[in-house]
Amino acid sequence: MIRDITLGQFYPGNSVIHRLDPRVKILATLLYIVALFVVKDFTGFIAAFVLLEAVIVLSKVPRKYIWRGLRPVLIIIFFTIAVNMFMIKGDIIWQLGFLHVTRQGLRTAEFMAVRLILLIIGSTMLTLTTRPIGLTDGIEALLSPFKKIGLPAHELAMMMTIALRFIPTLLEETDKIIKAQQARGADFESGNILRRAKALIPILVPLFISAFRIAQDLAMAMEARCYGGVVKRTRMNAMKFAGRDLIASIIFCVFLAVVVLQRVLL
Amino acid sequence: MIEVKNLTHIYNEGLPHESVALDDVSFRIEDRSFVGVIGHTGSGKSTLLQHLNGLLKPESGTIVIDGVDITDSHTKMLDIRRRVGLVFQYPEYQLFEETVAKDVAFGPTNLGLEQEEIDARVRESIGLVGLDYDCLKDKSPFELSGGQKRRVAIAGVLAMKPDILVLDEPTAGLNPKAHFDILDMVSDIHERENNITIFVSHNMNDIARMSDQVLVIDKGRLAMDGTPSEVFRREEELKAMGLALPDATEIVSRLRKRGMELPADCLTIGQAADAIAAALGK
Repeated sequence: MIRDITLGQFYPGNSVIHRLDPRVKILATLLYIVALFVVKDFTGFIAAFVLLEAVIVLSKVPRKYIWRGLRPVLIIIFFTIAVNMFMIKGDIIWQLGFLHVTRQGLRTAEFMAVRLILLIIGSTMLTLTTRPIGLTDGIEALLSPFKKIGLPAHELAMMMTIALRFIPTLLEETDKIIKAQQARGADFESGNILRRAKALIPILVPLFISAFRIAQDLAMAMEARCYGGVVKRTRMNAMKFAGRDLIASIIFCVFLAVVVLQRVLL
Repeated sequence: MIEVKNLTHIYNEGLPHESVALDDVSFRIEDRSFVGVIGHTGSGKSTLLQHLNGLLKPESGTIVIDGVDITDSHTKMLDIRRRVGLVFQYPEYQLFEETVAKDVAFGPTNLGLEQEEIDARVRESIGLVGLDYDCLKDKSPFELSGGQKRRVAIAGVLAMKPDILVLDEPTAGLNPKAHFDILDMVSDIHERENNITIFVSHNMNDIARMSDQVLVIDKGRLAMDGTPSEVFRREEELKAMGLALPDATEIVSRLRKRGMELPADCLTIGQAADAIAAALGK
């Protein structure tokens, strides 16, 4: 149930993908998402699919695990398909009352679904193969040039680190609270929407209180150790741009070139 | 009576971090017993407790409580929850209502009782945990002290009138006075209300002093099952599992190793003192 969400959860491993510099992985993921929107027909998706497939194979993350991350967003995908199928005007191929499916609509629906699936799996691969700390270090490094114009890069990165760090803690907390209330006979599974929404109160109130308590404890612990974001901090694991990062960058640039050329030429 | 047979539970089955939390656990608990459960952190104690009221379903095995198999999918959950009251670790973190009375009423309301019956039970269980009903009923549970909050949370479970009360480390994080207050309260309630009380503790003195039967869990297996004196006699095995002896048993054991003639089954400081006095008087 609640633990099934893999988005934002790290899958421990030591593959080439895991060891890539987080900066490279973050940039590549961002550009990959942009590329998915540059693509204008299915031939472009083939390149995107091949790249993603290669990353999945190299990362050695089991497919079952990736699939579990996709499951919660299936509803969004189905919704997108439905909206596109029925809303787009064009040559009608099937009709029932006011609902009509058009050829163009069907095509767009397929197209959107593929794009969404690639997008979600692509970004999931980043979080599955990069430790949260690596992610925020990477983001901080990528944002640091903007410090000159007053962007608090370190503080932003620290906030993200903490937020990511607390996802599993809060999930665990939620699980515990749900069980405690179930032990008192609470029922979250039956009744209409209003009843179910009301049934959430016994979970949400304790959860918020816990979240504030945890945040306060953390703030105290950080202050006790003289945390101050402004001072120049060094890192235990400094990021290094290694040979494999160069190779990965080149491969990725080739992919980008293919996508752009396909868009421009075909 | 509780009868647990060949209970096995596996977490995250099929995933790389799959782990066997309970492995072929079988035991029996007679009516009116007070049972202590001990084991190292992560040994599977909490997993076991959560099976007892159906929060977790076993991979295999059965749990029969007074002739009803609670692992059977046809058994109604609400019925299991009514029979077995589970007080989690740090139960005060589950309080959520505006007033103490409303929070305690949450369980009985879920059982679908009449309003009158609910009110009576709320009053009774707040009294049972040693709090003043009239003084506290309209207060917010969040204004209370730590020990009081915990009492209110326990009252919330007692209000469901369970036949079996299960407590997971009921005194964790409390000061020494509150620690003994809560334990005295638990044994009072056991005397007056309950059929069976099961509690988990890391404090061997409490286990030795209070329980009739001790279950020792180690790496998901039931390592020992017996009376406190039977269990705490097996010093070497317990220490190999990372568990300690009650203070009195430890002192007596060390004196015996030095050659003093003492009985091996001293569990409380009083018993140890008497035994030592007798040995010295010889």
